[in-house]
Amino acid sequence: MTRKHVWILGLATPVMIAMLLLFAGSPSVTANDQPSAANAEVKIDNFVFGPETITVPVGATVTWTNKDDIPHTSVSTEGVFKSKVLDTDEKFSYTFTKAGTYSYYCTIHPKMTGKVVVQ
Amino acid sequence: MPDKKQDLIDQKLQDLNNDGVDRRGFLKCMAWAGTGLVWTLSGGIPMSRAFAKGHDQSATKGGDFTFVQISDSHIGFNKPANPDVTSTLQTAINKINAMPHTPDFIIHTGDLSQLSKPGEFDTLDQVLKGVSAKDIHFVPGEHDMLSDNGEQYLQRYGKGTKGSGWSSFDHKGVHFVGLVNVANLKAGGMGSLGHEQLEWLEDDLKGRSASTPIVLYAHIPLWTIYPDWGWGTDDSEQALSYVKRFGSVTVLNGHIHQIMQKVEGKVSFHTAMSTAFPQPAPGTAPSAGPMKVPADQLQRVLGITDVNYLVSGRSLAVVDSPLGDSGSASRNGGSPGWELDSTLG
Repeated sequence: MTRKHVWILGLATPVMIAMLLLFAGSPSVTANDQPSAANAEVKIDNFVFGPETITVPVGATVTWTNKDDIPHTSVSTEGVFKSKVLDTDEKFSYTFTKAGTYSYYCTIHPKMTGKVVVQ
Repeated sequence: MPDKKQDLIDQKLQDLNNDGVDRRGFLKCMAWAGTGLVWTLSGGIPMSRAFAKGHDQSATKGGDFTFVQISDSHIGFNKPANPDVTSTLQTAINKINAMPHTPDFIIHTGDLSQLSKPGEFDTLDQVLKGVSAKDIHFVPGEHDMLSDNGEQYLQRYGKGTKGSGWSSFDHKGVHFVGLVNVANLKAGGMGSLGHEQLEWLEDDLKGRSASTPIVLYAHIPLWTIYPDWGWGTDDSEQALSYVKRFGSVTVLNGHIHQIMQKVEGKVSFHTAMSTAFPQPAPGTAPSAGPMKVPADQLQRVLGITDVNYLVSGRSLAVVDSPLGDSGSASRNGGSPGWELDSTLG
């Protein structure tokens, strides 16, 4: 390689690495405490959504996984999302594109309730 | 006493994975696990007694007829609490068939299936084909509502029913009402009957003589047992107000996979055991889910209940008989039986 090319490569590489890091979902560099994860998990076990309230940024995808030995569902009280019946180890994901507070519950065991706060 | 039993179960649960009980052994112990309640109507007052025991025939003296309640077969469930629920249902059926007198009919108080799958209902139907009593009445459990709000269930078992599957029928002077409290459940709530069904119920009971014995059956208990676990029905008070004027009311439920009873005035409430798996007593476990017990403990938690309404004394004696014990054992380590006075108008 010519010296010129080596020089460009030497400069370009750290720049590329920096850009990759920036776009790889690394922590936000802004000063406020915006929630950072683009994906969040809710574990269903013992007839409970855990965590019961989860906070995610706009555009985040929440995945519910049923770890219980009984089927459950995750259904929005306002008709925003509705999982199929989740047997043990089955998952359901929903991507929240609008800010807001989304209450949901298990339609089979309605005492099980949860909330997704999107901000 | 419940704590003692829980400690024992906890101890045993730790040994569970190493106890060397293979599937065959497990099934063998489960051979007694089929459960059901046999009810005899004697002079219009229900008496329930054990399956296929050599009962004292005098219990049925003057009895009009018998019927059997089974519940929570959960066909399709295959987790450790019971890997073969079809087999234990078959055991219950065998016990019905072994009874000296064929019951007039059977009532299944719901959770026929685990996931409302056609194959699960098919299997249930196959097993029930072999039962001596050919007349079977069903109400759905929440597990039967999982496909299109119960469409599968209604197609198969909803003939002659209204709405989500409610109906009533008369048998030898007794009025039976099957209610559905597992449809359109609201977030944070318990069981629910709904406005339309309540209106129908009020109308259905209108004009009937107060001396008509009434039997209500529904999946989720129609009285509040444990709200945290959803063991109750939000609008049952209204339903019960419609039956208040009757002289004899019996409420049969399932859902909680254990026997609980209460008498309030002229209304007697009973929940049946499951033919599939037990569930913990209220508050004794993190959740209401299937309770795993070692194979040799299972017979204590699946069993039959002997309930005799003694017409002469107007009292009701209840004796629990877990299948695995000799003689009558105690439920929750308490006394072997208890008596209630049910006032009959």
